[in-house]
Amino acid sequence: MDSARLEFLRGTLDVLILKALMWGALHGYAITNFIRRQSGDTLLVEEGTLYPALWRLENKGLLEAEWGLSENNRKAKFYRLTPEGRRRLRHEVKAWEAYATAVGKVLGATRLPVAEEIG
Amino acid sequence: MTPVPFWRRYTRFFGPDPAADVKDELRFHLETKTDDLVRQGWDPKAAREEAERQFGDLRSVQRIGQRIGEKTERRRRFADYWTDLLQDVRYTFRTLSRDPGFAVVSILILALAIGANIAVFSVVNTLLLRPLPFPNSQELVWIAPPPSGCGWSCATYSADAYEEFRDQSRVYQGVTGYEAFTIADNFRLTGRGQPESATAIMVIGNFFQVLGVQPAMGRLFTDDDARGKDVALLANAYWRHQFDADPAIVGKAIELNGTPVTVVGVLPASFDYGAVFSPGAKVDLFVPLNLDHERTWGNIVTLIGRLKPGVTVAQALDDANRVAPNIYFSVKYPETLGRYKGSLVPVPLKNYVIGKLRRSLIALWFAVGTILLIAGVNLSNLLLARAAARAKEFAVRGALGASRGRIVRQLLMESLVLSSVGAAFGLGLALMLIAGLAHQGSLALPLLSTLRIDGQALGWTVLIAVLTAMIFGLLPGLRMASGNLQAVLKDSSSGAGLGRKHERIRAGLVISEIALACVLLVSAGLLLRSFLKVLDVDLGFQPDRAASIRVAYDDSAPSDDARVAKRTVIFQEILERVGALPGVEAAGIADFLPLGPNREWDTPEPQGKTFAPGTLPDPLVYVVTPGFVRAMGIRLHGRDFTWADGPHSERVVMINASAARVYWPGEDAEGKILMRGKEEDHVVGVVDDVHEENVESGAGSQIYYPTTQQGPDDAQLVVRTSLPPAALAASVLHALRELNSNQPAAEFRPIRAIVDRAVSPRRFFMLLVAAFAGLGLLLATLGIYGVISYSVTRQTPEIGIRMALGASTGRVQRQVLGSTLRLAGAGLAVGTLLAFVVAKVIASLLFATSPWDLPTYLGMAVALLLVAVASGYIPARRASGINPMEALRNN
Repeated sequence: MDSARLEFLRGTLDVLILKALMWGALHGYAITNFIRRQSGDTLLVEEGTLYPALWRLENKGLLEAEWGLSENNRKAKFYRLTPEGRRRLRHEVKAWEAYATAVGKVLGATRLPVAEEIG
Repeated sequence: MTPVPFWRRYTRFFGPDPAADVKDELRFHLETKTDDLVRQGWDPKAAREEAERQFGDLRSVQRIGQRIGEKTERRRRFADYWTDLLQDVRYTFRTLSRDPGFAVVSILILALAIGANIAVFSVVNTLLLRPLPFPNSQELVWIAPPPSGCGWSCATYSADAYEEFRDQSRVYQGVTGYEAFTIADNFRLTGRGQPESATAIMVIGNFFQVLGVQPAMGRLFTDDDARGKDVALLANAYWRHQFDADPAIVGKAIELNGTPVTVVGVLPASFDYGAVFSPGAKVDLFVPLNLDHERTWGNIVTLIGRLKPGVTVAQALDDANRVAPNIYFSVKYPETLGRYKGSLVPVPLKNYVIGKLRRSLIALWFAVGTILLIAGVNLSNLLLARAAARAKEFAVRGALGASRGRIVRQLLMESLVLSSVGAAFGLGLALMLIAGLAHQGSLALPLLSTLRIDGQALGWTVLIAVLTAMIFGLLPGLRMASGNLQAVLKDSSSGAGLGRKHERIRAGLVISEIALACVLLVSAGLLLRSFLKVLDVDLGFQPDRAASIRVAYDDSAPSDDARVAKRTVIFQEILERVGALPGVEAAGIADFLPLGPNREWDTPEPQGKTFAPGTLPDPLVYVVTPGFVRAMGIRLHGRDFTWADGPHSERVVMINASAARVYWPGEDAEGKILMRGKEEDHVVGVVDDVHEENVESGAGSQIYYPTTQQGPDDAQLVVRTSLPPAALAASVLHALRELNSNQPAAEFRPIRAIVDRAVSPRRFFMLLVAAFAGLGLLLATLGIYGVISYSVTRQTPEIGIRMALGASTGRVQRQVLGSTLRLAGAGLAVGTLLAFVVAKVIASLLFATSPWDLPTYLGMAVALLLVAVASGYIPARRASGINPMEALRNN
């Protein structure tokens, strides 16, 4: 179960980060908080995974970073979406929804379809 | 997010530091987490530990962060650069479109200069740099004796010598050769309507194998073919136009001189025999050379070898020197052993093919490079003028924070855009030039048909475009960037302070431009003088108003006597019939013509005199009919042959003046006797030396025999006419056809065309260098005009004041012209010195012209000064037309 969750996270972490930044710039710590709270404490993002993911997204040009002051008046690196990142988010959300619907349909099946239909 | 306060913005003052960024970011995370935990009631120390524990392997995350950070930094820097670059390009196009006159002129100059450079590079690349169009062509060597006075006969070897050399040499993968005495149109293609002339080269059986040529269709010759089989290989072009590219030609029989010959294969289009071995010649087919038939013919084959891999030419020479003493001229005669000692010298085939052209090509390359330099200097000048006008613009940009590097980059970008556009047009120009050149059949340059713009030429284009941009963009860029911003901004007039400084630099540039133009003019002048001298050479015959055509005749008969009789009747008939045509002044037949192939037979000795062995020449042999010397316009002392000089009458010969000087120095050769073995040849006439091999080198010994006493190898009818030769072509051919229905439609060639062809490489180089000199002069003129015109504009107020104070128009004009002449004079002085050096270097390319040829230098100086005055005159006129009142008011 644990390893399965990890795999799942790797595939989705990027899109979760992009989503977290939808409303404006956030620093890394705020992003973890957002994901944790929004998922009702189900998705716990490890820092060791989050930061490399952020840097990769920055390197790909989906995010841009800027130094600013945090709520507690500390110097922090804030990330925001680039137009490219915003486009990617839209695309990924759509893909996720289609995927989830499809998986949901399969899992929600109540009986075996008639034979000629599958084969 | 609150922006970082002012003092903290300088934490990365010394440039980005991805490692520190990662550390800062992670520290923030840990601190915030600790704060949160403390707020939840943790003990601060424990909270910190818990935060770190939750984080996991901090170090490895840091490492990852550092790596990605560096990558991002690189990418960002590149993106910034690219954005700036695009901005510069956009800006450049905007500024250039605001000044279309400048843009058009500079692009035109660049297109001409770069186009000429690409074209010349392609020629140099094809002829000098690219290997010959054969696989591993560096292994191929041409084996010939050092140059000597007796023409082709001394540059070739006997059939026996070939075989001995082939068998005894140890350094070759293969040795081959071809029959060197092939005359154009030596075969008739019959059996297909009107007989047509064709040129066939007889090659030793392994010729194509040694060169590494694969047939496009069919097969190459085999050893079996070389033992007298009637087979032929077709040149690709001949197969296309004569046989409509018949795909089933292999195995078919064609008729050559009435004999059926089987086509065994078609050569690939990439193989052009003429391009390599006989520049400008068209070869239609190849037939195997039967060495057994040729043993008695003396020296007939050239030698070409393919060295074993790794063998050097020096080793090949050693081997040849080892073999040479064991080689017979003819194995039947033991005394001919060692005849070829010292005359078997292998040289790379490429050197043989390119030969003397090498120097000309290099000179040409330099000439065209000079053009590029002049064009670059000229543009530099134009850009400087523009830069002076734009000084304010740059000062403002500088004041607004543009760095000097950025401004230089902007200026370089402008020159790069100009030179790229110029190069694009130049490439088009070069393509046209090259296409024209590649089809210059009348130009006797080797490998010309393989001329094309290839990847290397494109690379060269890019290289010179960038290089030119550097040459002409950097100087104005640096000048601009180093200007004093405040001075410029304060100055009310458009950069007057800078202007004066610029003017000095520009004057320097113009002087160097004029100097370079001088060098080109002198070089072109010297080459032109040489060319005129070459045209003026007394060839020993009159090439104008004469033409020749190859005559087909059949003198086959059972005995020598019968053959002579038959031939004499045919020749007499031909000469009578053709001589009677209206407009024909004289007609004669010879087997070889001057400036074409030639041969020697043996070493005649003057009767009653003894010469040290080896000091007597082997004269070149011409077998001619009565009337030939008159038709050719060769001056004769004594008498010509007559038809009465029959096979049984006294043997007669004519010799040339050089031979007469050798045989009977200080005496009259007429009436003397030459001994050929037991045969006594009476010298009846002495003729002028005829240039036998080329126009530029002198003549050796020559001997003429009558066709009535010796067998000619061939028959070239020469007609001297009072009409233009072309007008006679049809009637002469008609007359020949009436006598012999087998007479093919051979070309009626004006003798002048033969001479033109012989001097065509010199003409080609002379014309090119002259064109470059003209271009250089034009560019220099532009340069002078630009500088003078600009200085007049700048001095308008000053001139206005002087005129208001009473200076006359004439005086103002004289002053402007004076400064023009000062520039030209300085350029001329520097240029003349440079020209002396260059003339010395190209001295070997000159013919009968001294590198210090005074008329050339004077001509150059006069041309330059005239052009300078002309280009200074317009600004001078403008200066004298200045209205003092307006000039003063405008300031």
